[in-house]
Amino acid sequence: MDAKKKDISRRDFLKIVGISTAATAGLAGCGPKGTGASAHDAQGDVPTGKMTLRTNPKTGENVSLLGYGCMRWPTLPAPEKGGNVIDQDAVNELIDYAMAHGVNYYDTSPVYVQGWSERSTGIALKRHPRDKFFVATKLSNFSNYTRENSIAMYRRSFEELQVDYIDYYLLHSVGNGGSDTFRARYVDNGMIDFLMKEREAGRIRNLGFSYHGSKETFDEVLAMHETVHWDFVQIQLNYLDWRYGASSKNVNADYLYGELEKRHIPAVIMEPLLGGRLSKVPEHIVTRLKQRAPEASVASWAFRFAGTFPGVLTVLSGMTYMEHLQDNLRTYSPLVPITDEEFDFLQQTADLMKQYPTIPCNDCQYCMPCPYGIDIPAILLHYNKCVNEGNLPTTSATADYRQARRAFLVGYDRSVPRLRQASHCIGCRQCVEHCPQSIDIPAELHRIDHYVEQLKQETL
Amino acid sequence: MLRKIRLTLAIVFFACITLLFLDFTGTVHAWLGWMARIQFLPSVLALNVGVVVFLVVLTLVFGRVYCSVICPMGVMQDVISWLGGRSKKRRYRFSYSPEKRWLRYGVLAVFVVALVAGIGSLVALLAPYSSYGRIAQNLFAPLYGWGNNVLAYLAERADSYAFYETSVWMKSLPTFLIAAATLVIIAVLAWRGGRTYCNTICPVGTVLSFLSRFSLLRVRIDTEKCNSCSLCSRQCKAACIDFKNHRIDYSRCVACMDCIDACRHHAISYTIKPPQTPPEGGASKTKSSPSGGVEGAGAGVSGARASSRRTFLAVSGMALTAATLKAQEMKVDGGLAVIEEKKIPHRQTPIVPAGAQGVNHFYQHCTACQLCVSVCPNEVLRPSTGLQTLMQPEMSYERGYCRPECTKCADVCPAGAIKPLTTADKSATQIGHAVWVRANCVPLTDGVDCGNCARHCPTGAIQMIPSDPDRPDAPKIPAIDTERCIGCGACENLCPARPFSAIYVEGHERHRVI
Repeated sequence: MDAKKKDISRRDFLKIVGISTAATAGLAGCGPKGTGASAHDAQGDVPTGKMTLRTNPKTGENVSLLGYGCMRWPTLPAPEKGGNVIDQDAVNELIDYAMAHGVNYYDTSPVYVQGWSERSTGIALKRHPRDKFFVATKLSNFSNYTRENSIAMYRRSFEELQVDYIDYYLLHSVGNGGSDTFRARYVDNGMIDFLMKEREAGRIRNLGFSYHGSKETFDEVLAMHETVHWDFVQIQLNYLDWRYGASSKNVNADYLYGELEKRHIPAVIMEPLLGGRLSKVPEHIVTRLKQRAPEASVASWAFRFAGTFPGVLTVLSGMTYMEHLQDNLRTYSPLVPITDEEFDFLQQTADLMKQYPTIPCNDCQYCMPCPYGIDIPAILLHYNKCVNEGNLPTTSATADYRQARRAFLVGYDRSVPRLRQASHCIGCRQCVEHCPQSIDIPAELHRIDHYVEQLKQETL
Repeated sequence: MLRKIRLTLAIVFFACITLLFLDFTGTVHAWLGWMARIQFLPSVLALNVGVVVFLVVLTLVFGRVYCSVICPMGVMQDVISWLGGRSKKRRYRFSYSPEKRWLRYGVLAVFVVALVAGIGSLVALLAPYSSYGRIAQNLFAPLYGWGNNVLAYLAERADSYAFYETSVWMKSLPTFLIAAATLVIIAVLAWRGGRTYCNTICPVGTVLSFLSRFSLLRVRIDTEKCNSCSLCSRQCKAACIDFKNHRIDYSRCVACMDCIDACRHHAISYTIKPPQTPPEGGASKTKSSPSGGVEGAGAGVSGARASSRRTFLAVSGMALTAATLKAQEMKVDGGLAVIEEKKIPHRQTPIVPAGAQGVNHFYQHCTACQLCVSVCPNEVLRPSTGLQTLMQPEMSYERGYCRPECTKCADVCPAGAIKPLTTADKSATQIGHAVWVRANCVPLTDGVDCGNCARHCPTGAIQMIPSDPDRPDAPKIPAIDTERCIGCGACENLCPARPFSAIYVEGHERHRVI
């Protein structure tokens, strides 16, 4: 039974969907968007009080299916006094709006947004009653594994967030660097024991970890469930990673989810949209999705996919803009689970997308700042944009070569200042271990630089 | 009619030549590059016999039409003078003044001596085309660039690739200041006295004046019809019409035809000269006039520039220090490391573009018109600050390097200082060679892998070798094969060490072909 369940088959999926559809059918009705659309107002108001909720089996608390990821807060053109780069007014506005529409899970980390996310999130949440939201943060001891530094980081989170307990506490990005790094960061320095004691003391309500990496390390960490008892695990899940794991080194999402399901551990979903890669898609993918549901956003497909799994506690989205928040609120107020047929449709979509040689960068900025000033995500995103828009000529013989060449080169200078372009990458490899998607960043940058040279010198 | 033809041609020439200096994409040069090549001094320096003969014949037939049509500096003065005479009060502000020969010939003598002695800076200071290029490049081009950037900004928002941003930067402060001073002095002279510069300072004007005295077609006064009303004289921006004696100083007349239209009695015409001896120009020995005084002030200003130049030189030529970029501590996610600006290393020999053949050939032929500086897309060329070669360009690689696919400077040079060449020729021309500075090399200072110089060397002249021959895993340092190095500066520009690169290019006095 267990062996068969390793990856969820279509039939199992149908069962899951059947159950959750039944559960929400009463709420959802049949229309794609449910409420309030009229001839004057195509979308209608963003629904209030209709957010799909999931129950934490341990605490019995109801968590909103849409969770707020605090990694992509809007930033100021120049830091304010004291150095905070985050636009606090905008954060307050976004969190107020999210709260009003039923979002009660907020996920941050000491390192997000150049280290300012916890403080800004804390300021915005402080304006709401403590029992109305759940806050999640992480032990992000990437550069200094010592116990002292780790405990200091843990304690600082309470101050920054202005709370006396943390609802969900995660070991951050387990799997990056393999099991040796995991042991060094959390086991050998006794941090797991420390955090378990904190959980007993009630300062941590739920203890879990976020995962990026190989199958082996995942199995190893999950095997500790017996002793540690993971209350939840945060995994990367979306219709592209379901069978096409983030990269060759990372593991497929269907495996990650299946293992958690077996152990009845709630899953928190990150990267449901792959940092926008599942909304900024090639034109024919847009056509394909829009033909099925002309009024639904491209992104809504990804959120419906991630939210459909019943073992999912919440789906995190780093919503920088109000429009993104509103779109996601519509998708989950309430969730219309995807059908078995739609599941197949999305898997075929993933097959089509996989043919595009984009680089799996989700713009998480973990690689930054590059000590030599390279703007790594900007370079990779520009490259992906050109891939998706068909501006990546492979030979000068094609008819649109000149126009594509201009779009690539002019766009490159616009997206990345010359001093921060790939030509300045010296290959010191300091970024590599930070990438949760296991991208060989220097190799990709050198490849892009070589391509740029070919375009400039017209030697394609 | 004649005046209208002259005006039309002058505006076309002026606009097109100005465009040559403004166009940073280098595309209009294919169509209009010849306009720079028919300028007098560049064609003389390029030993372009055809053009020189053409200009000589042109002047012998039509007089100094070169000065009122082809020369952008002349036309610019006409524009300023026209603006200055817009008000009724100032409309008839000119009057005849005798020729100041001692000044004209004095300046010409100094100019010729400077030319022969290779004092490029002095030549560039006096020559009209150089002065105009300097003004256009330093003062007009930035405005054009900013205007373009506004369009690029809008295009970016419209998701259009029609415009792209270009960087506007101070290429050389002394040259900028000299350009500004030149513009102010010339503008004041033109506003008050029309063609004062052309007829007292301009060495090209003086040379052409030798010929125009004997030109076939010239402006003549019909003494039968003339009633000595002085209108022509008061509208003559060259101050060359002596209406009382019905004489015109043809050495200063620029054949602008203004007087023909001004005369209400049709007494002035532009005709072939009659057989009798040509009327003598107003020869005179006079004290310095008001305009002469202004010129004296101009010389004083440039003298002051020279001394500020010297201090500038001392500052920029500071000794190479072993400063390196301290890799920023990786603290938190996101943000961009601060990038320190690169500083110019002290080079024993300046680097000049491939096609220049060598430093001496380049500086002897260059008129410092700044055309190549305007078109250099890689921000490599900029006016030099050396006293002898002030304003004449040199290369440096802080902002970019001499890219293998580009020959723009050679394409545009009107003076033959940079001879045209193909990209293949260019990649086989050694304009300099790379020098390694151990103290700055990042594998040694930061303990990280690098090899960015070797990765980008277009000729494969750099290989990475272990810094300790006994340990193959020691940090790798660049080894330069100077026989293969062409001095393009890719290594220097892309070196991560800042502010001084760990590898820099030293110029070659005479370029070599491999």
